[in-house]
Amino acid sequence: MTDVLHRAADVSPRAVIGKSWRKVDASAKVTGELRFADDLTLPRMLHAKLLRSHVPHARIRRIDTRRAAALPGVAAVLTGRDLPTPFGILPVSQDEHALCVDLVRFVGDPVAAVAARDEETAAEACTLIDVEYEPLPAVGSIAEGLAPCETPIHDHGDRGNVHKHVALEFGDVDAAMRDAELVREDVFFYGGSTHLPMEEHAALAHWSPDGTLTLWSSTQTPHYVHRALSAVLGLDPARVRVIATPNGGGFGGKSDPFSHEIVVAALARATGRPVKVCLTREEVFACHRGRHPTLMRVRTGVRRDGSIVAMDFTALLDGGAYGSYGVASTYYTGALQTVTYQVPHYRFRGARVFTNTAPCGPKRGHGTPQPRFALECHLDKIAEALALDPAEMRKRILQPPHSVTANWLRIGSMGLGACIDAVVAASGWREKFRRLPYGRGMGIACSSYISGAGLPIYWNDMPHSSVQLKLDRSGGVTAFCGSIDIGQGSDSVLAACVAEVLGLAPGDVHVVTGDTNLTPVDLGSYSSRVTMMTGHAAIQAAERARDALADAVAARCGIPRERLVFTERRVLDAEDPEHGVSFAEAVQIAEAMHGAVGTVGSYTPPRAPGRYKGAGVGPSPAYSYSCAVAEVEVDPATGIVRVPKVWIAHDIGQAINPTLAIGQIEGSVYMGLGEILMEEMTYRDASRNLVHHHPSMLEYKSPTTLEMCEVESFLVGEPEPQGPFGAKEVGQGPLLPIPPAVANALYDAIGVRVDQVPCTPQAVLRALKEKQRGGAGRYGPSPAAFPEYAFPEPLRVRTPAQGGDGRAAAREAR
Amino acid sequence: MLRLPPFRLVEPRTVYQAVVAHAELGDAAYVAGGTDLYPNMKRRQQTPRNVISLARIPELTEISGTPAEGVRIGAGVTLTQLARHPMIVEHYPAVARAAAMVSTPLLRNMGTIGGNLLLDTRCNYYDQTYEWRKAIDFCMKRDGAVCWVAPSSPRCWAVQSSDGAPVAVAIGAELTLASVHGARRIPASALYRNDGIQYLAKEPGELLVSYLLPPAGAWRATYHKLRRRGAFDFPVLGVAARLDFAPDGVVTAARIVLGAVASLPLEVPEAAAAIVGKPLDPTTIAAAAEAAFRPAKPMDNTDFPLAWRKEMVRVYVRRALEELAR
Repeated sequence: MTDVLHRAADVSPRAVIGKSWRKVDASAKVTGELRFADDLTLPRMLHAKLLRSHVPHARIRRIDTRRAAALPGVAAVLTGRDLPTPFGILPVSQDEHALCVDLVRFVGDPVAAVAARDEETAAEACTLIDVEYEPLPAVGSIAEGLAPCETPIHDHGDRGNVHKHVALEFGDVDAAMRDAELVREDVFFYGGSTHLPMEEHAALAHWSPDGTLTLWSSTQTPHYVHRALSAVLGLDPARVRVIATPNGGGFGGKSDPFSHEIVVAALARATGRPVKVCLTREEVFACHRGRHPTLMRVRTGVRRDGSIVAMDFTALLDGGAYGSYGVASTYYTGALQTVTYQVPHYRFRGARVFTNTAPCGPKRGHGTPQPRFALECHLDKIAEALALDPAEMRKRILQPPHSVTANWLRIGSMGLGACIDAVVAASGWREKFRRLPYGRGMGIACSSYISGAGLPIYWNDMPHSSVQLKLDRSGGVTAFCGSIDIGQGSDSVLAACVAEVLGLAPGDVHVVTGDTNLTPVDLGSYSSRVTMMTGHAAIQAAERARDALADAVAARCGIPRERLVFTERRVLDAEDPEHGVSFAEAVQIAEAMHGAVGTVGSYTPPRAPGRYKGAGVGPSPAYSYSCAVAEVEVDPATGIVRVPKVWIAHDIGQAINPTLAIGQIEGSVYMGLGEILMEEMTYRDASRNLVHHHPSMLEYKSPTTLEMCEVESFLVGEPEPQGPFGAKEVGQGPLLPIPPAVANALYDAIGVRVDQVPCTPQAVLRALKEKQRGGAGRYGPSPAAFPEYAFPEPLRVRTPAQGGDGRAAAREAR
Repeated sequence: MLRLPPFRLVEPRTVYQAVVAHAELGDAAYVAGGTDLYPNMKRRQQTPRNVISLARIPELTEISGTPAEGVRIGAGVTLTQLARHPMIVEHYPAVARAAAMVSTPLLRNMGTIGGNLLLDTRCNYYDQTYEWRKAIDFCMKRDGAVCWVAPSSPRCWAVQSSDGAPVAVAIGAELTLASVHGARRIPASALYRNDGIQYLAKEPGELLVSYLLPPAGAWRATYHKLRRRGAFDFPVLGVAARLDFAPDGVVTAARIVLGAVASLPLEVPEAAAAIVGKPLDPTTIAAAAEAAFRPAKPMDNTDFPLAWRKEMVRVYVRRALEELAR
């Protein structure tokens, strides 16, 4: 792989921001010194194992743990009765139990837990637990989930097994559609996939004799785990400490509070000894919370120039067995269609169903890669119908910067046009698109993603991120923040922001993160929020520290305060650089004058203009933009698709660290490639108890380095006014254009449409055969078989262009 | 993590000690590189109480002989050694290629050609953890009664998944097996049976000692492998072919063997018959590919849908023969 880094950031006038400093944890990672959760051991530590359901849906009639408890070496056995308080990441879906109480809802649902002297004994004890199940009918698909049923999987939800349904209309879609010169309707299916982090989830709990609990866990959200632990264990949150260990990859799969975290804590309390659990790979597949399989129908009216007059989007999501983030996921499948292209009238209807499979949740791009795939393939078809170049057409219809969309999302900087220009030029698009020989093709797709969610998971009006700084008289600075590095480099971003303001190098800043006893709250590493939010909090704390030092140095040294600059570990007079003190001396002066030097900074996102129910999902301080061109090679005899190269441009505003940003882009391309080419989180049918097809690293196919394409990345865009130093997100957005760019390139290569993810060889071959028989050359879900669901009447919201105020119209009396 | 079940490890220094140990211990399995057995033990597919390591037996790791008289490869030679051995690469490229296509460099460093030739048959319903298999009430290959690939079938349909085995059969290699009763030499084709459980025609205590390559000469062979990714994956289809040529290019003998479509390396004489006595040209190659396609019977036991895998037989046989025609 030869990766090319194109960046304007090299000319950054700043000392740290925009420069590729080494990650603060790089040495520890490459030398193996970094300690992940499973590396931890404590004296007298016990090992835990979970007994999981081997049936997909059943009532628990009886659990007998006596034989397990009697096994030598077993210290404690727990069942659902010991932990009856439900939990769940969203306040509206508190539908999980640490151990199932009455019902099991999928193969892999945890039923009982054992702590024993070693893992082997704990595993053996699990086999000695007798569980009697009364089987219930199992639901295995979206269509089954939409159907009426007598034994719903949950007793909450909107209708039967429909967990959540949503209907929103901005403007008047039907009226606007009548003005269209072309109306096109397509259906798409985006299959499920999982995060596949290298590190399996692990957790270690310690119960101290004074009644305090400490939990180390590979979690992306220590603050939410802290809340769930306190609630389920009935403990004062002040006596619970959650320490997030560095994650060996998360990608959204470690964003929920999990059964095993609560269970080891309860086992530690029950035994008075430390208890650790490290899940098997198969258990990680059971935790899942990955991509929702989503069936979509999109109908768009356009004019001949490609401009959109109205769009009607329907999404049906398979949520698996629990709520998780699902209500947010459902809204997200409809939220961001409007932030790339102007959509003056827009209707979204979405429904998420429960099925007896592993729970879905937030995987990189949370709820938006599915509609983005649909939209970008759909636009490609529209461009062809209108005889327009798909790159050129997209450029014509861009949502303008500093605008408000029809669904009331406030757009700031918007560099999608620059992204399109960059990849069109670099890829040779104009020379290659529709001009390569049969079997080779080029495809383009765009996307956008949030830089942090505008609202927290649970309603509160406190900051989303806070940073404390401690300045030491030795010149050291320590930054404390609840954020957690999951490999994306958030610790390095925190250090860089502080270092920039204080004139230090990132390595001068010690970071202490993800520890609920030591660090102020940050909501967690999800929704691409950390650079945006901890960045702002860090800058505020650092600026306050800088001001305190500047006041003290100005007074002591007689330099006018406004002339002081902080650079290269010195505080000096800008007009007389020889005149100044070292940073350590500055701290000493300030400490002598005012006592210990410490500051805090916080960040709360700006309030979004939408006021309708559902307006909470979609708003963000800023939106990143991406455009990708993929080149593919298709073997028409086998249907095998290879992707030799991807060109991708990302509007990041201002990169804090370009090398880390490029790393996120390349990782996103890799993950997007896996989704479009091969990854499948699928289950056998009910006759096989809805078991996962292949919960292993060997048989869950994910690309190796040999399948990875060459990537040429471009960081483009103008600094974002809402972003810290102008930065926007990069961790998730660049995944989004990859699946549709590859699917569109496939069409350019051999003239067939695969309207589903993944685009498997057999799908390509079937589409090709259909074309050879004179058919349309399409493989994908049948439009005729799209399930009809009786959505409620949409909530009607007047758009900004209609003079709306962001609120929904009162529902008409029926 | 998944843990191994407890077992006793025995480390003999000679083949004789090994076979004696097996005879005396009874419930025992031989292990060479461990890349097949140990994962299977973690999943409780095999739970021998005794494991006899072959790692300390020098005679199993030698390569001797010449291309003119034939070559003897010790069963303990690693796949990496085999794939890189200059004489094998030059005179038996299909053998080297098949070895090089197994899994990943790390597993080839541990895995041996003997282990590869004896690889346990594989299946989507069998190569799963104990807990997963319990969720479908197990299968007849281990702990259960049904073959989930074909529930009405009286036999197990686990699939032959070795890359080396189809090549060994196609080139007419021979094998030597040792036991406390002595040694015997058999054609590689006689080792395999079309049954997912009883897939080897040897006694459990018989130890594969050597892999004997026939003299190189007026024949060429190749191996083509279909799999999802360029590494890690077992074949979902293997095509091994050996063709003997007359000086004028006419095919005088042919052996075409398919991997991963049956419980044994499946020889397709119909395909060979389509080209023997004829030159290799697009017409004869197409006829052979069509003849190979018909008997191939992929089942729902590997990655990829079976209909597509069956279709690929035609393509891969054609491509293998096209390579040999060049």
